[in-house]
Amino acid sequence: MLPLALLLGGLAHADAPSVPDTLQQRIAACTTCHGVHGEGAQNGDLFPRLAGKPVAYLTLQLQNFQRGLRKYAPMEYTVRQLSPEYMHEIAEYFAAQQVPYQSSGVPNLAPSVLQRGQQVVTSGDPSRQVPPCQACHGKQLTGTQPSVPGLVGLPYDYISAQLGSWRTGTRGSKAPDCMSEIANRLAPTDITAVAAWLASQSVPADVHPQAANAITPPLRCGVLDSQGGGA
Amino acid sequence: MKSVRLLWVPMVLLVVVLAGWWWHAHTTEQSTLIATQDVSAMLKDPAVIAKGRYLATVSDCMSCHTQQGGEPYAGGRVIPTPFGNIPAPNITSDPEHGVGRWSFDDFWRALHSGIGRSGERLYPAFPYTSFTKTTPEDAIAIFAYLQSLPPAAQASEPPGLNFPYNVRSTLNAWRALYFKPGVYKPDPAQSAEWNRGAYLVQGLGHCDECHAQRDALGGLQGNAPLSGGQIPVQDWYAPDLSTQANGGLQGWTQQDIVDLLKTGQSSKGTAFGPMANVVGSSTQYLHDDDLRAIAIYLQSLPARAKLVPVAASFDSKALADHGHDIYVKRCADCHGENGAGLANVYPPLDGNSSVLEPSGINAARAVLLGGFAPLTQGNPRPYSMPPYAQQLSDADVAAVVTYIRQAWSNHAPAVEERDVAAYRHTPID
Repeated sequence: MLPLALLLGGLAHADAPSVPDTLQQRIAACTTCHGVHGEGAQNGDLFPRLAGKPVAYLTLQLQNFQRGLRKYAPMEYTVRQLSPEYMHEIAEYFAAQQVPYQSSGVPNLAPSVLQRGQQVVTSGDPSRQVPPCQACHGKQLTGTQPSVPGLVGLPYDYISAQLGSWRTGTRGSKAPDCMSEIANRLAPTDITAVAAWLASQSVPADVHPQAANAITPPLRCGVLDSQGGGA
Repeated sequence: MKSVRLLWVPMVLLVVVLAGWWWHAHTTEQSTLIATQDVSAMLKDPAVIAKGRYLATVSDCMSCHTQQGGEPYAGGRVIPTPFGNIPAPNITSDPEHGVGRWSFDDFWRALHSGIGRSGERLYPAFPYTSFTKTTPEDAIAIFAYLQSLPPAAQASEPPGLNFPYNVRSTLNAWRALYFKPGVYKPDPAQSAEWNRGAYLVQGLGHCDECHAQRDALGGLQGNAPLSGGQIPVQDWYAPDLSTQANGGLQGWTQQDIVDLLKTGQSSKGTAFGPMANVVGSSTQYLHDDDLRAIAIYLQSLPARAKLVPVAASFDSKALADHGHDIYVKRCADCHGENGAGLANVYPPLDGNSSVLEPSGINAARAVLLGGFAPLTQGNPRPYSMPPYAQQLSDADVAAVVTYIRQAWSNHAPAVEERDVAAYRHTPID
């Protein structure tokens, strides 16, 4: 009787999908746009790379979409019910992924524009009270633990869209919202310059975020637990 | 032309005023018949407050009275209606902005009679049409719980309604047509469990507010209770809840109903869209005996008339064939070639009430939005479905939805490309 039962059981399940009990399988809603390993969309545009970003940064972004601080309807819908524990687990998954960076296109711009971009990223613009991006995002621009993301390896379209969103309030973070302040201090043309220069940089061999104590933020930031000065 | 078209406005207002006068003359306020000193003692009783917390969860007060990312119960979430936007007010104990200075009588008048603290008629986006069935004892418990909430100093926004709906006296006419105040009266011919289920479904659960078709004035009169309907503005279809012949939940067992409300999933389908929120913030926390009572009541809903299928205005065979190709490539890995899904992981599509509902909205929007199954205590790490909005054209979504609605034992009307185009841009909340 036993073999027959096994056979019947086998037949009954022949048509059932086989689904692995893995986090990767559970988060198909994430990976369909961001890639199975968080590598980002192939054509590089608005579905950013998640692989290797700091855990706390990714967790915070999920929370911000849930709270409506970041506005993007499909993300808000997808994460609306997730628990803090599940969001953290998903963030850990993507933070642990190591996949090669893809190069993406940069618009053809005058060398002076790229120079301006480099200037803002590495030295800032004291006349507009804009600190250098490196002050928080790290000397190598690969981010700092636990919650500052890297800026290299991101597509031009994505960076310029994010800087625009910080200005218009469709991307926000915990108060004091230092990135919103900085984005609003930039001249609109600086957004193009910064995004283009960052997107044209080659990615360093070591892309790990720098240690938490590597930076002294130039202005107060909610995401950095308000550490930093009052520039 | 314009002046002729606008003539309806004074005519409507005249009818409204007359109806309002009639309603005033023919209704009397029902008092709770509970002595004031007993009420004040109950409001301070921790057991009453705890019961109120449970009942507020059953009623899912928090969902509407909390804005995205906001303090619980501090209001601010905007309820969209075809007549304009209605922001839910602050119902924390804040004396200035919330219900901190309210008496229980004020609360009872709102919940039972739909009348605000200043005597104003409340808009039925606040479902007093259902809440009127609440017993005074339960109302006291809910009020005690709200009074126990920490005060949130968040001002309530005024409603943003279009003329003539912004004239509150128009509500007198609406109430005359659609509102029957009255506490739930148990049916002695039915069991205690059935009556408890009916009380929860018709009253605090306010299920009929979504699961029945509203008419042009937003009323529910004249339609069979819980027979399904499209939710205005949000554009989701809340299915018929009858488990009997031709019902939306035909074949659902008591356990299926309990499972869906408790975990978000059952062997017959998974909650998504607005129902996922209801499960996540309300029904998953219901006691097992209350869930069973609800299931018993729903299983007693009558059989429905067999729908005569509307012939498609076009030959949908080619569309469904194209949809089959998409299904094999994108859907079959999880939902199976036979549409049976995978128990406790992916819902079946064969015989699924949300696939078969009359409008096709739910299936189209599920394909566009994807998303996670409800996150509940019983399913803390849910599986999810990819959103296909970025990958499939309107024509492809129409094709795969048409295929799913007509494959296996399913026989629902085709969905057209232009319908999908409309749902693609429907606001998510």
